[in-house]
Amino acid sequence: MRELEQSARELGEALLSINRLAAREVITTATAKWGAVCTMEELIAPTLERIGAGWERGEVALSQVYMASLICEEMLPAISPTERPARRQPKMAIAVLEDHHQLGKRMVAQVLRAGGFELLDYGHGVRADSLVDRALGDDVGILLISTLMLPSALRVKEVRSRLSDSKTGIRLVVGGAPFLFDADLWQEVGADAMGRCATDAIRVVTALMDGEGGRL
Amino acid sequence: MNCLERVLTTLGHKEPDRVPLFLLLTMHGARELGMSIREYFAAPANVVEGQMRMQARYGHDCLYTLTYAAVEVEAWGGEIVFRDDGPPNAGQPIIRRPEDIEKLEPPRVRDSSSLGRVLAITAGLKARAGDRIPIVGVALSPFSLPVIQMGFDKYIQLIYDRPELFARLMRMNEEFCVEWANAQLEAGATAIGYFDPVSSPTITPRELSRRTGLDIARRTISRIKGPVAMSMGSGRCLPVVDDVARMGAPIIAASALEDLAGTKTACQGRMTVLGNLNGIGMRRWTPAQAEAEVKKAIAGAGQGGGFILCDNHGEIPWQVPEGVLHAISDAVNEWGRYPLDWVGPS
Repeated sequence: MRELEQSARELGEALLSINRLAAREVITTATAKWGAVCTMEELIAPTLERIGAGWERGEVALSQVYMASLICEEMLPAISPTERPARRQPKMAIAVLEDHHQLGKRMVAQVLRAGGFELLDYGHGVRADSLVDRALGDDVGILLISTLMLPSALRVKEVRSRLSDSKTGIRLVVGGAPFLFDADLWQEVGADAMGRCATDAIRVVTALMDGEGGRL
Repeated sequence: MNCLERVLTTLGHKEPDRVPLFLLLTMHGARELGMSIREYFAAPANVVEGQMRMQARYGHDCLYTLTYAAVEVEAWGGEIVFRDDGPPNAGQPIIRRPEDIEKLEPPRVRDSSSLGRVLAITAGLKARAGDRIPIVGVALSPFSLPVIQMGFDKYIQLIYDRPELFARLMRMNEEFCVEWANAQLEAGATAIGYFDPVSSPTITPRELSRRTGLDIARRTISRIKGPVAMSMGSGRCLPVVDDVARMGAPIIAASALEDLAGTKTACQGRMTVLGNLNGIGMRRWTPAQAEAEVKKAIAGAGQGGGFILCDNHGEIPWQVPEGVLHAISDAVNEWGRYPLDWVGPS
């Protein structure tokens, strides 16, 4: 679909230049033309993913990734709630383990919501034991954990251990700076997958739903 | 050569007796003294003793006055959250809403007990080390301090959406940063590490950074009355090397994300390169890996001086074992002796 590719280019340019009006124009036009499902799955999600890939290559700045996902989330009311896709998804939740830096969590949540997923937000500064209790209580299927500091990343081991004891099969996804600078850390802490950038979230979650895992 | 002579020689882009090594250890002194991290940072004498003992143990070429990055926001009234296995973090932000900036007042350095402790550490180290060992202080840049003052997400939105409040915050932070950096130099610091990760193209687009963070850095660094090392944390610096060189900073820190040799070439004798051992990865290095990483860095950037071996972030994690630090130090002594005959021509 050449028209969709053109819209994706325009949306990418609007998002990278933090042009809310232009982004809104592209998204509302696309929704009217192709419907909400196509707009979220074929336009917004891949555009955010391309922006994230640009960050990994050092071509895009983190602030642009954040603002792009924020703008897309802000656009959701422009897409009629009745037309939004009801994603087939397990219950998901996200938290910042122990740390108080929320940027990564916010970006992941924004990307997932902009892509049509729903998730619970457990906040920041959350301890391992209370995180597991909440996830079990809410019957969560995929738990996403964001960390900034190395000690917090290592604390994911505790989460994994308690989840394993519960024998519930909750899948664990991790992300954040420590995992970028130590490529094997996600395996060491017992995660099922890691994301290198917040915009990986949709791809990682979808792959887990399909039964895959790893550094996706 | 003593440590200071070694560092000054490399800063002059000449080869000293060996590659200088900066082990930027903040918390390990607590382990050395058998204390908790909180207890260790509570008294300047502890940190002075810890720094001196670690320098004697590893033979590296600097003393480091950084306690924890959040110490600056503590001076602004922020809460500090201690933990047993890592650096203390800032708690709730002091700026909850952008409008809070209108009523914010910067602290005076001399009135702050948290900054006073760092100044006492600096003076204590100067009394013990004299002019033998460089004492490295740290100031968070005006452009990067808001990450702790208000949270990263809200700060990014402030930059893009609230230019007047952003400008007001920068004016306050700039005055604070200059006063804080100069107070450390007066207390005995040899140089200031200007920590500015948000100006890195990893975080802020280069053109925006040139209009904001890098321009602020140019003004601020010109008012700091001593040598400054520009550190963008773990962020990339290569795309802005020329901008930083024009600021007059004699040292730039390279990210582990970047090619060290490429960074050295880009600096072209204008700045000494500091870097870029991976501090996070260091936790699991074997002695052989530590040796290989040191050799790789020295081979990439050691020839001709203008290079200081260091981690890439400015704070070696608490989880990095002493054995790895010894292995790094031993490898520098083994492979860092000039002339570097085992390395091909640069």
